[in-house]
Amino acid sequence: MEKIIFEQLQEELFYEKLDNGLDVYILPKKGFNKTYATFTTKYGSIDNHFLPPGKSEDVKVPDGIAHFLEHKLFEKEDGDVFQQFSKQGASANAFTSFTRTAYLFSSTSQVERNLETLIDFVQEPYFTEKTVEKEKGIIGQEITMYDDNPDWRLYFGLIQNMYKNHPVSIDIAGTIESISHITKDMLYECYETFYHPSNMLLFVTGPVSPEEIMGQIKENQSKKEYKNKPEIQRKFDEEQAGVAEKKQVLKMNVQTSKCLVGIKAANPTQSGKEMLKSELSINVLLDLLFGKSSENYTELYGAGLIDDTFSYDYSQEFGFGFAMVGGDTNEPDVLAGRLEAMLMEAKAGAGLTAENLERTKKKKIGAFLRAVNSPEYIANQFTRYAFNDMDLFDVVPVLESLTLDDIKNAANTLIDEDRFTVCQVVPKDK
Amino acid sequence: MAVISESIKDMKGYKLHVVKTEKFKTNTIVWKMKAPLTRENVTKRALLPYVLQSSSKAYPSTSKLRSYLDELYGANLFVDVSKKGEYQVLSFSLEIANEKFLSDPEPLLKKGMQLMAEILVNPFSDNASFDKDTVEKEKRTLKQRIQAVYDDKMRYSNFRLVQEMCKDEPYALHVNGEIDDIPEIDEKNLYEYYQQAFGEDEMDLFIIGDVNEEEVRSVADELLQFSPRTPKLVEPLANGKVEEKTVKDQEDVKQGKLNIGYRTNVLYGDQDYYALQVFNGIFGGFSHSKLFINVREKNSLAYYVASRLESHKGLMMVMSGIEFNNFELAVKIIKEQMAAMTAGDFTDQEIDQTKAVIENQLLETLDTARGMVEVLYHNVVSDKTVSLDEWLQGMRNTTKEEIVQVAKKVELDTVYFLTGLGADK
Repeated sequence: MEKIIFEQLQEELFYEKLDNGLDVYILPKKGFNKTYATFTTKYGSIDNHFLPPGKSEDVKVPDGIAHFLEHKLFEKEDGDVFQQFSKQGASANAFTSFTRTAYLFSSTSQVERNLETLIDFVQEPYFTEKTVEKEKGIIGQEITMYDDNPDWRLYFGLIQNMYKNHPVSIDIAGTIESISHITKDMLYECYETFYHPSNMLLFVTGPVSPEEIMGQIKENQSKKEYKNKPEIQRKFDEEQAGVAEKKQVLKMNVQTSKCLVGIKAANPTQSGKEMLKSELSINVLLDLLFGKSSENYTELYGAGLIDDTFSYDYSQEFGFGFAMVGGDTNEPDVLAGRLEAMLMEAKAGAGLTAENLERTKKKKIGAFLRAVNSPEYIANQFTRYAFNDMDLFDVVPVLESLTLDDIKNAANTLIDEDRFTVCQVVPKDK
Repeated sequence: MAVISESIKDMKGYKLHVVKTEKFKTNTIVWKMKAPLTRENVTKRALLPYVLQSSSKAYPSTSKLRSYLDELYGANLFVDVSKKGEYQVLSFSLEIANEKFLSDPEPLLKKGMQLMAEILVNPFSDNASFDKDTVEKEKRTLKQRIQAVYDDKMRYSNFRLVQEMCKDEPYALHVNGEIDDIPEIDEKNLYEYYQQAFGEDEMDLFIIGDVNEEEVRSVADELLQFSPRTPKLVEPLANGKVEEKTVKDQEDVKQGKLNIGYRTNVLYGDQDYYALQVFNGIFGGFSHSKLFINVREKNSLAYYVASRLESHKGLMMVMSGIEFNNFELAVKIIKEQMAAMTAGDFTDQEIDQTKAVIENQLLETLDTARGMVEVLYHNVVSDKTVSLDEWLQGMRNTTKEEIVQVAKKVELDTVYFLTGLGADK
């Protein structure tokens, strides 16, 4: 077991790669009541086209299947795993993103038993035609719930504007139609392809003894037989550089309009330190441009174009990336025009000063400290970083190292009118 | 060992609550002020914290104030308005890095407290009037905040339920106030209200973190001094006889939202409050509860279905999203679960499981500074002094008989359904 010390943060991280390929990380947190553990596979909604192990032809699976599988892993022959966890005083949950499916629990007692339950339920699938059918009604209601949610429709509408072929544009839960085709055999095929320990990461954080936890996990894994598996072969169609649609307007039953401006990232295929630096540079850039202390924010708020729902964000994974800015507004077209103009001005250098950069770096460093108060943040973000060969604990040193040139480069690479797109939600009667 | 050690001191016009803990990398300062929820003041109160947090005398614009927050290593300042029973509570929170974890050793906590005081007592104002421009901007934002409730159908249906259920009670008021009041508010009358609020509200300052209590107290005493006051208490309304009613609205939605309101007839601090917590947990609070098992897992009617308590008002709310034509079936199943509770149709295992999960939930809440403040504030709202250890012990000691007794006190008041335009009403 390797021990990594972060002196400034006063944290210690323990790591070991097990024989079956599973990466295990343990971060002891003194003074906390709860232990939080996530067991994550590098498998999400975008992995819908792949070569199953031992097969000669690749398969395309229905939209929403990774999320469906996440739901179904909780059901076992002898009942529901939620029940098991709550009998042991834990609360359990799971989520599926574009690139990951994570299973988790938190508990303030019986940590060893809960950890055992977590590992075992994820590693022992039980799918039947009957339980698969039953789930279609439940997930159908989850999909309908999102259909009525204007913020979700806006967010996904923007991604669909950007990507023509890449499966990031597919809604994570799929559609009622697409999930109707899911069968238990398909779930097993996805499971066999993506749930091998060598594609997974287990993170445990809380008031725990790293030696005991690591010992328990190794013991658990040594009892299970995993064959060495060939590397996962995912297939992706070629994606164009420019956006698929420049603009989309969704009419919904709302009183206030919403508007997001998006920028599709240019060739997001980095990983490791290079990705970390580029990602942090873009985050700092967006803060400089649209943070509450910026001139742009003052102008937009003063003109009544934005309110306190205004936000901005950058997301990147291997193969796709996007920045988005916007929120609720009474003037969606005026806001879109102003945001695009502000981005183009930034590309020419507006607002990018050494003084603003230093202030924003301080803000980001403080925000990181706040974030690492949260066991959830540490476990989930650490996993995301690791899946991209980055280290969460490099964030502060890399932030400190950023120069004005780095930010100008980021602006220059990211901002390009051909990769702008706009999505709006407007009231039906407008 | 106590699960949390809170020290409470009377200060000039407010109480200071300090929780010393080393588990966080930041220190948290929360100022809360509470007054009865009234039709007259609800909108002014909803607006006030947003005006105060936009600027101050020393930082007379949002960008100046926010730049200073950035300089303080991104100190996080935000305000919130919430409803606790028949009270409207304003919260100002500031979370600031503990310099121990920074390469820059400059002390930050005192600066954070100074900034909090600056925002509270030194607003950007002149001649007993706030800055007009600031007030106008925040009025516009408040209007959008009120409208936003309509656009989020989950919040909207809950709001509609409360509106119907508590028709003639202050509790029916929306925490963000009324759109129609907004034009009447100006920089002068809001300033008047600001002085009134700081003169009359019950006020509490919470400081959570790796702090020195003596030091914090002397800094607070130097920065924040107000006149003494007697907090205004609202007498809980005596419930008349509850008659079940059903209200349906039609809107252009894809999913029906079912919200059911019950009167629990039990308040935080009452003898049977612990039994009520366990009751709610078995009935609908968790993913092992009767509602989840029967509405979702057995009948596939919903993705979400849960119940939650409003401890200071004595309400329990059930919420779910279902297909329009499953309305009757869902209501029937939910009523059956309630009948099972009053009939004592639940096992010792369900009780133990629920107690374990409630304990877990409370302890987890204490792993965030904000969670700690919210938990401790229950005592302020209810004017009680229940320690968390007493709370946990009381909950653990609950018997099956007590749970059945409390279940019998819970009365169904209103079934609300937000259904689609084409659906039967």
